[in-house]
Amino acid sequence: MDAIMLQEKLVERLLSPKVRTTRLKDKQYVGFATLPNQVHRKSVKKGFDFTLMVAGESGLGKSTLVNSLFLTDLYKDRKLLNAEERISQTVEIIKHTVDIEEKGVKLKLTIVDTPGFGDAVNNNECWKPITDYIDQQFEQYFRDESGLNRKNILDNRVHCCLYFIAPFGHGLRPVDVEFMKALHEKVNVVPLIAKADCLTPNEIKKLKDRIREEIDKFGIKVYQFPDCDSDEDDEFKQQDKELKESTPFAVIGSNTVVEARGQRVRGRLYPWGIVEVENQSHCDFVKLRNMLIRTHMHDLKDVTCDVHYENYRAQCIQQMTSKLAQDNRMDSPIPILPLPTPDVETEKLIKMKDEELKRMQEMIQKMQQQMHEQDQ
Amino acid sequence: MLPPNKLPNPSNNEETDLCSCLENEPINIAKLGLLPGVGQESLVIPYAQKTGLQKKEGRGHDRSTFLKRGLALSSSVVLGTPEDAKHSAECTVTDMSEIVPPEVRPKPAVPAKPTGISSVHGSQGSGVGGQGAGGGSSLLGYIGIDTIIEQMRKKTMKTGFDFNIMVVGTSGLGKSTLVNTLFKSQVSRRSTGWSRDEKIPRTVEIKAVSHVIEEGGVKMKLTVIDTPGFGDQINNENCWDPISKYINEQYEKFLKEEVNIARKKRIPDTRVHCCLYFISPTGHSLRQLDTEFMKNLSRMVNIIPVIAKSDTLTVEEKIEFKQRVRKELEISGIEFYPQKEFDEDMEDKSDNDKIREAMPFAVVGSDKEYQVNGKRVLGRKTPWGVVEVENPIHCEFAQLRDFLIRSHLQDLKEVTHNIHYETYRAKRLNDNGGLHPISTAPSGDTQESNL
Repeated sequence: MDAIMLQEKLVERLLSPKVRTTRLKDKQYVGFATLPNQVHRKSVKKGFDFTLMVAGESGLGKSTLVNSLFLTDLYKDRKLLNAEERISQTVEIIKHTVDIEEKGVKLKLTIVDTPGFGDAVNNNECWKPITDYIDQQFEQYFRDESGLNRKNILDNRVHCCLYFIAPFGHGLRPVDVEFMKALHEKVNVVPLIAKADCLTPNEIKKLKDRIREEIDKFGIKVYQFPDCDSDEDDEFKQQDKELKESTPFAVIGSNTVVEARGQRVRGRLYPWGIVEVENQSHCDFVKLRNMLIRTHMHDLKDVTCDVHYENYRAQCIQQMTSKLAQDNRMDSPIPILPLPTPDVETEKLIKMKDEELKRMQEMIQKMQQQMHEQDQ
Repeated sequence: MLPPNKLPNPSNNEETDLCSCLENEPINIAKLGLLPGVGQESLVIPYAQKTGLQKKEGRGHDRSTFLKRGLALSSSVVLGTPEDAKHSAECTVTDMSEIVPPEVRPKPAVPAKPTGISSVHGSQGSGVGGQGAGGGSSLLGYIGIDTIIEQMRKKTMKTGFDFNIMVVGTSGLGKSTLVNTLFKSQVSRRSTGWSRDEKIPRTVEIKAVSHVIEEGGVKMKLTVIDTPGFGDQINNENCWDPISKYINEQYEKFLKEEVNIARKKRIPDTRVHCCLYFISPTGHSLRQLDTEFMKNLSRMVNIIPVIAKSDTLTVEEKIEFKQRVRKELEISGIEFYPQKEFDEDMEDKSDNDKIREAMPFAVVGSDKEYQVNGKRVLGRKTPWGVVEVENPIHCEFAQLRDFLIRSHLQDLKEVTHNIHYETYRAKRLNDNGGLHPISTAPSGDTQESNL
C-alpha cells in the first residue's frame, strides 16, 4: 500500500497545479451518486409486480377498462351469465395474472376481479368476500415475513382497488358508500366514474363535485396523491393540481379500434360521433393511466406496505398480545395464527418472539403506571 | 249506380290531405275520433250535429242531401275551408246504399295508422261492386250506426280523459326527463333539475303528480306516478311491495265506487294504465331485481320495459342487449305489454308482433334544444356530437312515443280496465265467497252493505 501512495504522490508532483486541483476534487467524489442506477439495474433484472383489484357492479365496463389500460386481452373468452344463472351467485374472487414487458422492464400484473358484486337483490355485506380476501393476503404476507425463508416472499397484497361508480345515479349510492368504508383502511381505493360517455361535460362536473362532497361527508379515505415537494417546477405542480382536482376520474374503455380523424384509435363508434378513449377532452382515461402506471405505481405500493399493511400487522399483533395477556399462561406458546405446517424451529422462534413481546408489553405497562403516578 | 273507378275525386284528395295532416301534427290526440277505424270502410263521415240530422228520421230524409251535408261537414272539419266542402259535396250525389259497406266492425276509438286510409279507398271500391268482405247482414238502406264513432269523439272531447302512467327504475336513469320529453311539458316532479338536497328515501315512496294538458281541443288529465327509492338500497328485497300495494289500492278504490248504489256518473279513474320500467343499460343482461319486479307485477299492470340512457350503447351493443333481454323475459315468462294473449285478431297480432320485436325500446330523453343542421332539435350535446332524441337512427324515442301515445293509448286503458281490473275484481269477489267486497279501509258507507 505504501508503494502505491508513494507513486501517487510522485504523479501529483509531476502534474501541473490545475490538474492537481481536479484530482483533489476527484478524491472528494465518493461515487454513491450512482446508487439509483444500481437500484434501477437490479430492479429491472428482478422485475416488478403489481396487484390491481377492480370492483363494481357488473356491466360498468371494468374488464374493458383493464384491457384498455394495459393493452392486453385479459378477458377474451368470457361467458356472460344470464339472470337465471346469476341468482345463486355469490361474490367470487377471480385472479388473472399476466406478464408484460416493455423496454426491458418486466411487470407481473395481477388483476383481481370481483364478479357478482352488487348484482343481487339483497346486497347486504356483499363486500365481505372482498375484505376477507384482502385480509387473507395480508395474513399470508405476515406469516411469510415472520418465517425463516424470507428470500422469495410472494407479494400478493392488493396494491390498489379501482372502484367503479355507476354514472346513472346522482352520486354515491348506499352500496358504494358501504363498500368504500369497509375497504378504505385496508387498500388504496381509487373511485372512478364508469361509462362516462353517457354524460355531458356539465353532468360530469356536477357528478364529480357531488361525489367529492359525499366522500368528505361520509369520511371515506380514498387514495390521496402525495403532495409534490415545494422545490418542483411550476409545470409539475400545475399538473399535480389538475390531477387532484379531476378526481374521481371519469373514464371510458374500449376494446375496439376505430378510425377517427385519419388515425386508428381506441374508441367507440356512435351514430352521432366517435368517442376517443385517449382524447383528454373526451374522458379522463389518460389521466388515470398516467396516474396508475406512469407516476404513482410505486407510491401505491409504498402506501400499501407502509400504511395498510402496517395497520393490519399492528392490529394482528395487538390481538395476539391481548389474548395472551388474558390467558396469562405459558402453556400456549403457539400464536393465534394457525400455521399450516408448524415447524419445530419456527415454533421455537415464535416462542422467543412472544416472550419478547410480553416483556415489552410489561415494560410499557410499568412505564404507564409510573407516569400515571407521577401525574397524580 | 256508380262504378268503382269513378268515385268522386275530391274524396281522394280528402284522404291524402288527411294523411298529410297527420304527419305534420305533433300529438294526434285530437284526431282520435276523426279517422274511420280500419274496419269502417265508409268514405263518408257523417257529422251528426244536433242542428242537423238527428231531428230528421233515420230513413226518411233525402239521402243525397244527407250525403252532401255529411261530406261537407266532415271535410270542413279536416281541411277547414268551405270551398273544398262545397266542391266535394257537389260531386257525390250518389246512391248511399251502394257506398256504405254492409258491416261496421265495432272498434274502440283508436286512431288508425295513416296506411289505413289507403285501404279504406281500396275496400271502398270492392264494397261498391258487390257485397264487401264484411259479410253479415246486408243493410237495405243507410241507418247511421257508424255515426256512433263521431258521437263518442264528441263526448270524449267534452269530458276529456285521464291517463295514469307510472315510472319505475333505480334513481338517475332519466325517468323524469323521459316523461317530460314524452309529453313535451314539465309534468314530472323533477322538472327543475335535481337539487343537491335530494336524498335517497329509505323505503320506496309513491309520488303522484297530475297535470291537465290540452291539444286540439282534447283535454287529458295526465298523472305521473313516480317511485323514488326503488332499487337504491343495499337490500332491495321486496322493494316492489309498496308499488303493488298502490296499484291494488287504486283498483280497490275503483271497485268501491263501482259497487256503490248511488254511483257517480263518471268514476274517477286513478288506476295505473301503464308502467314504464327502466332497464339500466349495462350491456350484459337483465339484473336480478329487474326480473323479480317484472315477474311480480306483469300480471297486475301493463309493463312496458325501456332501456334507459341508451346513448351509452353502440349500435351493435344495443342489438345484442335487446336480444338478450327479450330472451330472458321469455325464459322468465314475463308478458310485457302488448301481451300476446290479448291480441284480438290477425291484424292486431301482426301489428303487435312488429312492436314486440322492437321492444324494449332504447331511449334517450332530453328537455334541452340544440341547433343541428339548421334545425332546432331536442338532444344532448357531448364533445363528440349531438345525440338527437327524435332521430330514429340515434335512439328509439320516437317509436316509443308513437306506440305509447299515438296508437296504443286507448288500448292501454282498455286492457287495464277489461283485464287487469277484472282479474282483481274476480279475485276480490271470490275471496269473499261471492259476497260483495268488504272494504278494507273503514268506511261509513252503509249503502254498500245492502248489496
